[in-house]
Amino acid sequence: MQPKDEAELAQIIAARNAPVWIAGGGTCGSVPEGVERLDTAGLSGITLYEPGALTLVAKAGTPLFEIEAALDAEGQRLAFEPWDARRLMGAGGAPTIGGVVAMNASGPRRIAVGAMRDFMLGVRFVDGMGQVLKNGGRVMKNVTGYDLVKLMTGSRGALGVLTEVSLKVLPRPEAAGTVLIDGLSDPDAVRAMSAALTSPYEVTGAAHMPQGPGGTPLTLIRVEGFETQVTYRTGALQALLAEFPHVRVETDPDVTAALWAGVRDAAPFHAREGDVWRISCKPSDGPDLGARAQAQGLLYDWGGGLIWALVPSGTDLRARLGAYDGHATRVRGGGDGIPNLQPEPPALAALTEGLRAKFDPKGLFNPGLMA
Amino acid sequence: MELPQPDPAVLARKDALIARLRDILPEDAIIHDPAETRAYECDALTAYKCPPLCAVLPASTEEVAGVLRACHAMGVPVVPRGAGTSLAGGALPTADSVILGVARMTEVIETDYDNRFIRVQTGRTNLSVTGAVEEEGFFYAPDPSSQLACAIAGNIAMNSGGAHCLKYGVTTNNLMGVTMVQMDGTVVEIGGAHLDSGGLDLLGLICGSEGQLGVVTEATLRILPKPEGARPVLMGFDSSEVAGACVSDIIKSGILPVAIEFMDRPCIEATEAFAKAGYPMCEALLIVEVEGSEAEIDHQLGLIMDIARRHNPVELREARDADEAGRIWLGRKSAFGAMGQINDYMCLDGTIPVSSLPMVLRRIGEMSKEYGLGVANVFHAGDGNMHPLILYNANEPGQLELCEALGADILKLCVEAGGCLTGEHGVGIEKRDLMSTQFDPADLEIQMAVKDVFDPGWLLNPAKVFPLDVSEARRRPAMAAE
Ligand SMILES: Cc1cc2nc3c(=O)[nH]c(=O)nc-3n(C[C@H](O)[C@H](O)[C@H](O)COP(=O)(O)OP(=O)(O)OC[C@H]3O[C@@H](n4cnc5c(N)ncnc54)[C@H](O)[C@@H]3O)c2cc1C
Repeated sequence: MQPKDEAELAQIIAARNAPVWIAGGGTCGSVPEGVERLDTAGLSGITLYEPGALTLVAKAGTPLFEIEAALDAEGQRLAFEPWDARRLMGAGGAPTIGGVVAMNASGPRRIAVGAMRDFMLGVRFVDGMGQVLKNGGRVMKNVTGYDLVKLMTGSRGALGVLTEVSLKVLPRPEAAGTVLIDGLSDPDAVRAMSAALTSPYEVTGAAHMPQGPGGTPLTLIRVEGFETQVTYRTGALQALLAEFPHVRVETDPDVTAALWAGVRDAAPFHAREGDVWRISCKPSDGPDLGARAQAQGLLYDWGGGLIWALVPSGTDLRARLGAYDGHATRVRGGGDGIPNLQPEPPALAALTEGLRAKFDPKGLFNPGLMA
Repeated sequence: MELPQPDPAVLARKDALIARLRDILPEDAIIHDPAETRAYECDALTAYKCPPLCAVLPASTEEVAGVLRACHAMGVPVVPRGAGTSLAGGALPTADSVILGVARMTEVIETDYDNRFIRVQTGRTNLSVTGAVEEEGFFYAPDPSSQLACAIAGNIAMNSGGAHCLKYGVTTNNLMGVTMVQMDGTVVEIGGAHLDSGGLDLLGLICGSEGQLGVVTEATLRILPKPEGARPVLMGFDSSEVAGACVSDIIKSGILPVAIEFMDRPCIEATEAFAKAGYPMCEALLIVEVEGSEAEIDHQLGLIMDIARRHNPVELREARDADEAGRIWLGRKSAFGAMGQINDYMCLDGTIPVSSLPMVLRRIGEMSKEYGLGVANVFHAGDGNMHPLILYNANEPGQLELCEALGADILKLCVEAGGCLTGEHGVGIEKRDLMSTQFDPADLEIQMAVKDVFDPGWLLNPAKVFPLDVSEARRRPAMAAE
């Protein structure tokens, strides 16, 4: 099914009693057997873009690249750095903005500027009864009524089909530079990243690859801004991190961009077999959890607060991790009885179930996804 | 503004309720003497007052859970309260409700600089959160002007903002986790010292829910290292259109100021008379502040002043040191106080797209004449969050009603311009009856359905946010219970 507009989509849902699988670009996983695919590609196009107000409104099926190109032409960008799952998932298709919103897909800059959810100003969506609903708007500050914008962001299509989203966008800074440290152990890397993140130099990325591009550990700390600012701040960070050996600065824009795209998209795992997990945790717990994961590959982002782990297919990673402050999501792999999303404690699971029953009383959307 | 009639059956159960609360709380945490409940009869929207049935001041999450279980069992509505500084009547009681105040819950539970968070009980004031971490060079970013008094509890419930939110975001962008007690006494932990949810973003839903989904007792907040320095520049223009265009150009240029504040002529005149900050007399004044090292600040202020010059400012004044910075901020910071000296005022809080600023300001000027009430504008221009102050005389009969009518018209204008009724103060009772101008019935229905999930009996702060006639069917069963 590929409705051509919101009204047709609403009609389809209102009349429907069998489950559907909502697909934007279809870059994040496949449609379960026996479930019909609902394609949002017909709902496409940027409906409003005001660079001077830092606002962009687009229909949910708009390809991400179309939005990025429009922003780029005005020297702006999506600051939360959405990750591109295609290489990791081995999937085709083009990511859509609706898919990015539904996954709350945020990259390395999340620690500095916030997640996708923090850039969401408004949504329109069709609920499970086929009603067209809206929440939020297109303005920067809005506390009118409950924040269903946040609730819909990251809900993975479990509560409704997004039809239009309003976003806050930001200027693209003039320059970027990355402080690189070679050879650190995971605990030392997290210590170095914490030192950088507790400095006033507004670090916009802090990642650690136990196996960097050269096969040895590489820690990356990014700053962005005006040319002079980047020079000053990378220098200041180098001084701050003087206790660590082999600290250097990379300012070549292409090299820097490629390094961070690799972190963002978990490039080290692209050509490798196995399940891929994302663990969100307290940064200082990162190295210990990384060790407990007994993974074939690890990648730390968010100063240690996000761990990408590559493990053999069918590994129950949660059992290895034990109890900690955070959660683990499997982004690649499944179908083996291990839930991809972190099971919630009973009281929270009851709230989630209650909300799903209100938004989607017929149980149409993405069956099994949140299970 | 109408308030629902108190439920006589609940009023009749007062003694039984007090007896039950005595099993849960120490005597001094239960306030039921009518002379003392008066202290809880209103928040900062002082035009509306009503003493509650009683007020309780629990000291822990367990005590909060006990109170809520008791009220739930007896069908008694509960109104959560932080510091009572809401401008929207969010903490206003009804005569048949229990005020649950978190004012005794002010502890810092954990500070963790390496992981950049602090965990506090929610009765702690906003400013004292920064107070707890500033010696280590950190701060808590959201900074409502009421930060000396207001509590984190109210900040979370209202999703409060502040002057620096252009760069750092509002409460929801700085909140990592909460401990919350549901109306039936169930305690839930949402979020924590990690980022983002593994399932639905319930934390994002709780923030800004105006005390209607649960009582938040503890919060994990993001703290940030202090910038090396900050300095403002002041610029005056001979029309608000030009000032608006300048704001837009600054934003487009790639500089991200921490604050862009706007004042119009009536506001400048009042603050000058009061604070003598030496502001130029002009139609529109902007204060733009940037952060960084000395050299970084110089560079950014230079760029900003270049942009300003292209708009022919009547005044351009850069702060070269802390003293001059203080003087530039003096007038802005005393604006509300200054207005209060010369008049009673009502502070609105609508947000508009930055691009409609000139049109909206012009319309507000016209409406002000039509109603015969002065309006002064002072607001966060970078994000379009307006604060028109309507000046009136509370002692003159009919003026409050006239002022409210003008306020409603201005807020409708904000909605028509593509904006919203409230940018940071919340709906409370104040904007409750205007909700239908911004939302269709189905949009309100789905929000009420969310409350049904968290509080099926509609006992938590039930008379707020939704127009009374719209929520009536849901509130009625609560009254019929027992
Ligand atoms: C002079 C002045 C300046 C102001 N400036 C700003 C500003 O710059 N920016 C801004 O955003 N606001 C501002 N405000 C408004 C107000 O200070 C904020 O809304 C503040 O967050 C309210 O906090 P409080 O603790 O006083 O909450 P209260 O007034 O006690 O309550 C506010 C709401 O929170 C709910 N609530 C309280 N505690 C809890 C709890 N534990 N769990 C669940 N819900 C709870 C209440 O039921 C109510 O709905 C200003 C107010 C004044 C008087």
